[in-house]
Amino acid sequence: MSNMTTSLYNIRLLDELAEKKTIIHNIHPLIKVLTTVLYLIIIVSFNKYELSELLPLIFYPIIVIALADLPLMILLKRMLIAFPLLIGIGLFNPLFDRSTMVELPWMQLSGGWVSFLSILLKGVLTILAALVLIATTGITRIAAVLGMLRVPRIFILQLLLTYRYISVLVEEVGRTVRAYALRSRREKGISFSDWGPLIGHLLLRTIERAQRVYHSMCCRGFTGAYHTGSVSRVRTGDVFYFAGWGIYFMVVRFINIPATLGSLITGVVR
Amino acid sequence: MHMADALISPVVGGAMWAVTAGVAAYSVKKIGNDLDEQKIPLMGVAGAFVFAAQMINFAIPATGSSGHIGGGLLLAILLGPYAGFLAMASILTIQALFFADGGLLALGCNIFNLGFYPCFVAYPLVYRLITRRGYSQRRIFTGAMLAALIGLQFGSLSVVLETFFSGKSELPFGTFVMLMQPIHLAIGVVEGLVTAAVVGFVWQARPEIIKRTTSGETLGSISIKKVLAALAIAAMMTGGIFSWFASAHPDGLEWSMYNASGKEELAAPGGIYHTLAALQERLAFFPDYSLKNQQETNTFAVGTNESWPTVNAGTSLAGLVGGVMTLMLAVITGCCIYMFKRRHKTSGV
Amino acid sequence: MSHHIVLVNNLKYMYPDGWQALNGVNFEILHGESVGIVGANGAGKSTLLMHLVGVLFPNEGEIRVGEVPVIKKTLPLIRQSVGMVFQDPDDQLFMTTVYDDVAFGPRNYKLPEEEVEKRVRSALETVGIIHLINRPPYKLSGGEKRAAAIATVLAMQPDILVMDEPSTALDPKSRRRLIALLRRFTHTKIIASHDLDMVLELCERTIILQKGKVIIDGPTGKILADEVLMEKCGLEMPLGLQGCPVCGAKKLYKR
Repeated sequence: MSNMTTSLYNIRLLDELAEKKTIIHNIHPLIKVLTTVLYLIIIVSFNKYELSELLPLIFYPIIVIALADLPLMILLKRMLIAFPLLIGIGLFNPLFDRSTMVELPWMQLSGGWVSFLSILLKGVLTILAALVLIATTGITRIAAVLGMLRVPRIFILQLLLTYRYISVLVEEVGRTVRAYALRSRREKGISFSDWGPLIGHLLLRTIERAQRVYHSMCCRGFTGAYHTGSVSRVRTGDVFYFAGWGIYFMVVRFINIPATLGSLITGVVR
Repeated sequence: MHMADALISPVVGGAMWAVTAGVAAYSVKKIGNDLDEQKIPLMGVAGAFVFAAQMINFAIPATGSSGHIGGGLLLAILLGPYAGFLAMASILTIQALFFADGGLLALGCNIFNLGFYPCFVAYPLVYRLITRRGYSQRRIFTGAMLAALIGLQFGSLSVVLETFFSGKSELPFGTFVMLMQPIHLAIGVVEGLVTAAVVGFVWQARPEIIKRTTSGETLGSISIKKVLAALAIAAMMTGGIFSWFASAHPDGLEWSMYNASGKEELAAPGGIYHTLAALQERLAFFPDYSLKNQQETNTFAVGTNESWPTVNAGTSLAGLVGGVMTLMLAVITGCCIYMFKRRHKTSGV
Repeated sequence: MSHHIVLVNNLKYMYPDGWQALNGVNFEILHGESVGIVGANGAGKSTLLMHLVGVLFPNEGEIRVGEVPVIKKTLPLIRQSVGMVFQDPDDQLFMTTVYDDVAFGPRNYKLPEEEVEKRVRSALETVGIIHLINRPPYKLSGGEKRAAAIATVLAMQPDILVMDEPSTALDPKSRRRLIALLRRFTHTKIIASHDLDMVLELCERTIILQKGKVIIDGPTGKILADEVLMEKCGLEMPLGLQGCPVCGAKKLYKR
């Protein structure tokens, strides 16, 4: 029940954020998608023991979040939801990989812990990147990008329809479950004997709705093809945005900035 | 379970994206040939329905716990495999974008694990086979139950393989399988029960909905040969990719081979391994499989507890100091932009 | 202008489950007329409307819009001249923004994007929600949704507007606004509704359906004021024509 409200809230929030007008929001959606994909590929291309090398990549979400006026705390909270899985799988690393890897004057860290932390950091960065993309672009423009990338129109239309009807159907399902809960003695969940009728009725209503949607599409000349509008052209500024981040990512990928920085400082201290 | 970006390597992510895109393109083509444009809105709305239904908690009898459904099988039964697969792909895309479920690079894996198996394996080879000679509550129940179980077993095995070949997790293959398969057996029972209950209900109330999918469209004629051929191609592709890894990344496979046969030589690094390793060194963009790393994993697999060759107190400290510095710098940059923007706003007003 | 005559001739339709929804319906609607279709639940109103836009096809009889029979082959033509507003705006607003929704129809007719945009803006201006152009539909209120749904139809520039229960689920103010809006339209209007007061205000002519047949077809003021007839059809006189519940005085119907 509560997760229905949260997920609706979440969708609405991200839609609202995507309507802002900041420098980042004005960047061409295709460029934002490409930058995100490049960023993700760079992140996952790091080896499991590379931890400090990954750190400079955090500049990307921080700068974009700040420039796009996104609420950091809310994004971080969203991010935490994905963490149990990463921790669940990642925690096995310290168990199975005990070879010492990092030696500090006051402690030793095994390879397992390093790779565990690396998984978590990758989790933070990849999740933030996806959230930042949708929060600054919105589903409609993402769909336009998919069109530019020659994704079949049928799939795009379908994706948009699913997105559109999530809010309608989550509400409908929510109403039904609430009505059920008010008349049942159980504390949580739907009892076995009611699974079929409850979900089945919802499903039949859904099918009827789909029928009506289809009719209303037909009445406006739908014949199976979906025509998107044109998208604005990529400007020079957009290209620079992509090139700038691209160069930065590459530099981070091939030069260990923190290590260089650190040895510089420790060298000076000594 | 959704695969996460943080757990995959670029090659696994890329390969699964390619396979998934192929299946999706084929499905789009199939639907296009169908000329049943009525199905398009149904796909969208049914996808949204499954999305919403995933949030319903089903009390599992006699356990006190509750579960929810994935819905891939339900979509396949309702829409047929091709449309069902695309609807599932849409759901997972929206979840990846809006809910940080999985991730964009892992999306290929997730669509494959949660869409391909229910729609193209469990549905045609299990559910359709059982209900082919006509429907009855019992057949629907058996078909949905078995299909859900088998689909989820494939899916979870797939998760294990993808994680394993990505090499980010140290979980040994066998342990991971022993963890995942039983859990997904339980999840499969719930999925099967819910799917059977819903399909059974709809079949009773509006039999034509369940029958239409199966008779009208290509499904009736979905030849098992074709499915098997597609499976074989997919298996060959993934097999090819995985064997490429396996040779480049012998630790886990060796481990499981070792367990299976008690002999270690099975995975003996031969000539191919060396050529591939050399090739990889040149393509060292994917450092997980760089030679240096392999030596390390090799020694680990053999079981010696030798420490990593590069361990050095000096570099470790430098790494830590540099890392902290980087983080601080990043935070300061973020704060500066915020402050600058705020001042800009107030001065503007 | 005889071009927009809607001719319904001996229309019969049976649903696949055996339910005879229409059982020989006949009428003719002239250009510029505004006709209310009323009747109890299950009288066949929605089924009839579905035939007018070619969503359903009759088992028997025929429909003509202008000189064109409504058959599969003529659908693109029919749908350009007949616009249908559905009962639930959530069924009609299926895209992710109001703009894309209103643009859906014109884009299907492959108009250039500048023309599409012009039509979208003018349709939204007509219904008074141009400021909502980039909103997702779920953020609209009931009245705004209804207006957007009408805009999606107006963007197709139809000659005939067909509406199924346009005033359901609207609060009194939104309903009032809707009535004012519809009154401004010079289109031929066919409105199916249980909101008899709205029919009274908007339509000079009313057709009552019962059990798939036309019971009566004539001037609204006369039909809706016929208490016996209304009772017989499972209906009730519009409140505007009923006596005042407090003083019993008959309100006079003014138009």
